[in-house]
Amino acid sequence: MAELNAKIPSGPLAGKWTQYKDHQNLVNPTNKRKLDIIVIGTGLGGASAAASLGEMGFNVKIFCYQDSPRRAHSIAAQGGINAAKNYPNDGDSIYRLFYDTIKGGDYRSRESNVYRLAEVSNNIIDQCVAQGVPFAREYGGSLENRSFGGALVSRTFFARGQTGQQLLLGAYGALSRQLKLGTVKLFNRHEMQDLVIIEGKARGIIARDLVNGKLERHFGHAVVFATGGYGNVFYLSTNAMGSNVSACWQVFKKGAYFANPCFTQIHPTCIPVHGDYQSKLTLMSESLRNDGRIWVPKSKEDAEKHRKRLIKAKDIKEEDRDYYLERRYPAYGNLVPRDVASRAAKERCDAGHGVGDTGLAVFLDFEESIKRLGKHVIEERYGNLFQMYEKIMDENPYENPMLIYPAAHYAMGGIWVDYELMTTIPGLYALGEANFSDHGANRLGASALMQGLADGYFVLPYTIQNYLAGEIRIPRMATDKPEFEEAEKRVKDRIRQLMEVKGNKSVDHFHKELGKIMWEYVGMARNEAGLKKAIELIRALRAEFWKDVRIPGSADELNPELEKAGRVADFLEMGELLAFDALNRNESCGGHFREEYQTNEGECLRNDQDYMYVAAWEYLKEGEFQLHKEPLKYEEIEVKQRIYK
Amino acid sequence: MRLTLKIWKQKDSHSKGKFVNYSLDAISPNCSFLEMLDILNEQLIRQNEEPVAFDHDCREGICGTCSLYINGRPHGPDDAVTTCQLHMRKFKDGDIIVIEPWRAKPFPVVKDLIVDRSAFDKIIQEGGYISVLTGGAAEANQILVSKTNAELSMDAAACIGCGACVAACKNASAMLFVSAKVSHLGLLPQGRIEAKDRVKKMVAMMDTMGFGNCTNTYACEAECPKLISRSNIARMNREFICAKVI
Ligand SMILES: Cc1cc2nc3c(=O)[nH]c(=O)nc-3n(C[C@H](O)[C@H](O)[C@H](O)COP(=O)(O)OP(=O)(O)OC[C@H]3O[C@@H](n4cnc5c(N)ncnc54)[C@H](O)[C@@H]3O)c2cc1C
Ligand code: FES
Repeated sequence: MAELNAKIPSGPLAGKWTQYKDHQNLVNPTNKRKLDIIVIGTGLGGASAAASLGEMGFNVKIFCYQDSPRRAHSIAAQGGINAAKNYPNDGDSIYRLFYDTIKGGDYRSRESNVYRLAEVSNNIIDQCVAQGVPFAREYGGSLENRSFGGALVSRTFFARGQTGQQLLLGAYGALSRQLKLGTVKLFNRHEMQDLVIIEGKARGIIARDLVNGKLERHFGHAVVFATGGYGNVFYLSTNAMGSNVSACWQVFKKGAYFANPCFTQIHPTCIPVHGDYQSKLTLMSESLRNDGRIWVPKSKEDAEKHRKRLIKAKDIKEEDRDYYLERRYPAYGNLVPRDVASRAAKERCDAGHGVGDTGLAVFLDFEESIKRLGKHVIEERYGNLFQMYEKIMDENPYENPMLIYPAAHYAMGGIWVDYELMTTIPGLYALGEANFSDHGANRLGASALMQGLADGYFVLPYTIQNYLAGEIRIPRMATDKPEFEEAEKRVKDRIRQLMEVKGNKSVDHFHKELGKIMWEYVGMARNEAGLKKAIELIRALRAEFWKDVRIPGSADELNPELEKAGRVADFLEMGELLAFDALNRNESCGGHFREEYQTNEGECLRNDQDYMYVAAWEYLKEGEFQLHKEPLKYEEIEVKQRIYK
Repeated sequence: MRLTLKIWKQKDSHSKGKFVNYSLDAISPNCSFLEMLDILNEQLIRQNEEPVAFDHDCREGICGTCSLYINGRPHGPDDAVTTCQLHMRKFKDGDIIVIEPWRAKPFPVVKDLIVDRSAFDKIIQEGGYISVLTGGAAEANQILVSKTNAELSMDAAACIGCGACVAACKNASAMLFVSAKVSHLGLLPQGRIEAKDRVKKMVAMMDTMGFGNCTNTYACEAECPKLISRSNIARMNREFICAKVI
């Protein structure tokens, strides 16, 4: 087992990033023009990186599978983005944001990366305001903040319930400006299919034009991945339908390590599942927990009556309600971190107190806030979320509490990167949700947007130069090299293989089956026997997929079924790695809860002695992975049990 | 619910399209419109027929990808929703539902119900942003924005770029889309500096891309899933006249 070198700069924590920037290599302006960079993904990570690199003078090509870069999944983020501005004067600081994020991640993230993230958080807000992001304002015209889970201060900036949309439109604007100037070239409706490696370095990609099915070769001196998370391995999740692991999975198979795949986030407040035709689960932002109170009936009888639609929530008297988060966690109350809130909801439902038709739901109630603040205030704060809820559930949440339940939401795990965001393949970088770096075993709310933009605007544009400074003598390569040939052939073969199965079952059928396995055995609560079973089931399902999937149409046209098939084929391999990692980690931490390892009160029981490391997996062959460890060393922070009571 | 669907099928941008009829059984009223199409496609795949291609991604009304013209209305019979937020409870048992792509010259059909909306991206590239370099920003609270303007700006910025406004307009005008961006930025102090240039360039590109003129019928506003107000069009017209005069 090799130890990984994260290339963390020496010196005191607070000075590492400055010290790095002071001493790194830079590329001069004329050389920048001679260097090509490929960016995959137009979400917050990709768009901000491509725009910044374009501004600096590099030649950039950017790819996304959607019809427009503005539609990347970051657009869906609702609640907000953190920064350590301390505008409300409530005692916030870079250190506190750093500390909360490390603690929130249950001491499984890399200290130096998280500190840097907190350090650049304030620049992000400055940048976005300058771009015209219409953040919420106080009456005096200054920026307004609200609270999010896992923090005792108000440090979250927001644009109604559409923060991700507004931040992404800011980055898309910056990207559009570069597209006009010609420094960046856009390839929309293109899917990256494989990485081209020449003499050990990332040198290009094979992409499929989704409109006509043609395979294309693109050269780059470096390749940057910002392809988002793999939450859709659970089939039902809050992610967009097209969110996938495929790009990451292809490079994993070519030597990039995959880190902490079992660290997945189940978000506590989503609209519950209601039918087997359902294709996705809708998030109700964490910000709602600022004003909403979560409860279930104290008695199982009341819960039962609600399930049978004999009573409504309003019929249950105040003293018969169990505000279980406030009861169990008086210090943080409804604003405990997501992993804690999700498990608590599951615990209540499993104990027979769940409500709604299926019994797999709890109440999120605004009655008290509406009384205290007035309906108009709640409407101003959360209007779009309330509307979304009403459209889906056909019930008015101003009058009846929302029904919510946890759902798969975010991937803390991802491609392993060092301090410079470089993967184990030289010249290949990973940003945003696609990498593993900053959130440990649990991500705090409003910190993914922060990380995506930190990586893209303020980290990668520096660190990539440290690598590219050594590449200035490498001329642009022709794409007829054998490495390109081979990669293209591999892609072609795989597509042909998929098309030739000509079985009886749709791609969705397999995706749904995989989702059931993942949710049942690798979801909110995991145990050894269940994980072993999951691995068996996934293997069998994968074998069946390759025998019995049916993809209509042909490969040389727009073919959504073929696109999905490629993604599901990769999820069918990735799910196994996820279970593998969960089985390896004999402890509970953050979103990874192993039933064998819990305190008497049902909280996570970490094992710092044996598992205070990043599990970075190397691909050997199908179903076989080699573990590499990156030990986590905390210099500034005292590692403690995570308590929110 | 039992339904008859009349769906536009078109192989690619060069081919001619036609309506094809399909029937569906046992659809739950709680199903979303796109989930209903998923069920149809599942059925078609099982019968070895070609599924219907349609655009979608977030399925929660924010990415602006879904784009169906349902019974003569962009995004169908409900108000203030995108197609993906439309639910089958808005229809009745036995209904015939006609489903078409956006029909507008600047949005050519790519396949079946999928259209090409790159023209919108082209318009934004002309100036739908504030020119600021990464790293070149001042302390955020040095730019104060009145709450009123911040709210109005946000109202306009809520546009998801789906193109329903164009599809609803008999002239295929993009005025609501363009004016939303012009207003979003123009209402903020940091957006004023380039305001004149922005409106001129964006309007010019709108014309180049073949979008029609606005003749004040406001079908755009009526069909906008994000309730973008036509007052933005008035604001843009003022901005445009000022920019031309001075
Ligand atoms: C409903 C929801 C609400 C959220 N709310 C918040 C919040 O309030 N605050 C917060 O901090 N975080 C929030 N998050 C998390 C956050 O939105 C995401 O983690 C973040 O936006 C991810 O950004 P990204 O740039 O890494 O990837 P994405 O935005 O997912 O972008 C991925 C990009 O990669 C492209 N891509 C993927 N694969 C390929 C391929 N093979 N070829 C070509 N292109 C490809 C896609 O086209 C897309 O452009 C939320 C997430 C969800 C789902
Ligand atoms: S699919 Fe995103 S808005 Fe409908």
